[in-house]
Amino acid sequence: MLRHRLMGLMLALVAFTGLTASGANAEDRFIIVQSTTSTQNSGLLDYLLPIFKEKTGIEVRVVAVGTGQAIKNAQNGDGDVLLVHAKPAEEKFVAEGWGVERFDVMYNDFVIVGPANDPAGVAGSNDVVAALTKIAETKSPFASRGDDSGTHKAEKRLWKAAGIDIASASGDWYRETGSGMGATLNAGVGMGAYIMTDRATWISFGNKGDYKVAVEGDDKMFNQYGVILVNPEKFPNVKAEDGKTFIGWLIGDEGQKAIADFKIDGQQLFFPNASAGNS
Amino acid sequence: MHNFASSFIYAAQLLLSGDPELWAIVLLSLKVSLSAVGIAALIGMPLGAALAVARFPGRGAAVILVNSLMGLPPVVVGLLVYLLLSNAGPLGVLQLLYTPGAMIFAQVVLVTPIIAALTRQVIEDLDSEYSEQLRSFGVSRLKSVPTLLWDARYSLLTALLAGFGRAVAEVGAVIIVGGNINHVTRVMTTTIALETSKGNLSLALALGFILIGIAIAVNAALGMLKSTAARSAYA
Repeated sequence: MLRHRLMGLMLALVAFTGLTASGANAEDRFIIVQSTTSTQNSGLLDYLLPIFKEKTGIEVRVVAVGTGQAIKNAQNGDGDVLLVHAKPAEEKFVAEGWGVERFDVMYNDFVIVGPANDPAGVAGSNDVVAALTKIAETKSPFASRGDDSGTHKAEKRLWKAAGIDIASASGDWYRETGSGMGATLNAGVGMGAYIMTDRATWISFGNKGDYKVAVEGDDKMFNQYGVILVNPEKFPNVKAEDGKTFIGWLIGDEGQKAIADFKIDGQQLFFPNASAGNS
Repeated sequence: MHNFASSFIYAAQLLLSGDPELWAIVLLSLKVSLSAVGIAALIGMPLGAALAVARFPGRGAAVILVNSLMGLPPVVVGLLVYLLLSNAGPLGVLQLLYTPGAMIFAQVVLVTPIIAALTRQVIEDLDSEYSEQLRSFGVSRLKSVPTLLWDARYSLLTALLAGFGRAVAEVGAVIIVGGNINHVTRVMTTTIALETSKGNLSLALALGFILIGIAIAVNAALGMLKSTAARSAYA
């Protein structure tokens, strides 16, 4: 009797396992997109993907990580499409044969956010290089992603432009969290540090405290997103047709309009510019 | 400041609202972790029991190894399983990456040593009590394993619960091999991580309360099973 009951429990567990293993339905038509946290955390993809699925029947499964990790994952063939924001790294990805072709999709911009008391006196500035120089001079805390993401790469370019050696300040006023944008914002707000973030993540971020955008509007803080099909010649498992359909939709009229339509609190977060940059 | 009480109420509201998305996430968490514990038990219990009764050179080292593996960092397991299941890896052909199957795989790796190590301890104690008796019946050491496991079944529930606790609470492994894909591989812990990174701290905390509630419910269910089973056994 009892033996049966315990056996039953075991069998139930195993049956449960069988159910779950078959949960990944083979008939499901889906592609995997390696993308960045900003497109997911802002809610953009949650808005776009159902529209795309409605039209084509293709489900898009998004793995949202930093741009650096997204590119690495795609180089392992773990994804069909790459949607990230680090143009030099994307061009390298295509040049090395990992991807087929790169298309501009949309842009937004980076901003530097800081505490209301503004210890470096940079609030209202639209000159990012001057602002970073002031932050370094006053040794005001600055929280960096430190994770080789698109935002981190852009931030490092700006420090370089300002001629500041951040490596020597690491662990002092320059603090690398080594984590995603949201985690870095949480940490930065907690320690009263300046933080560079893409505007979309900032607008949709829910734990702003007394933080405000301090530096914005510099052309150097332009943030371009690109989309690339992972090369099916390298990885035969890449779903090239469905991937192409998704890219075509994203950079076509419908996708571009959908991107422009996505707003939070009435603010547009991403600006489509596919036709402008694509030859 | 975030108010714990208001998060607690928020958690109750979330549950009562019957939000299908939330329930799907809760259900997936249970499916993945219970499956992992089930498989890990099938591997870990015989392994732990065999380790308890067998006598072979290097046994001491094997015991230390299994005990140490209880502390496997989830993020390392996630990375190893990712490298195995990646399309560039040896098990890429299985196409398991970014599916619940991959998450179960990773949690089995995490949980098996816990179940094996706790089983070994329980069975070793039991064996020292009964070994003479079993030997006198002419039962060899390894053949006594099923008997010992059966006799220790109630104590072994604790090993299962320890394994379940580990599986359902970890985020490091499942977020790497599952990818936290909405409606596919998003479980409680990865949702909490995501909402925290969005700065939705009270929602994240409310989800945390729900996760703790699930753990309590599972423990209570097994506890009740144990006591009713024990009662009927001695009745």
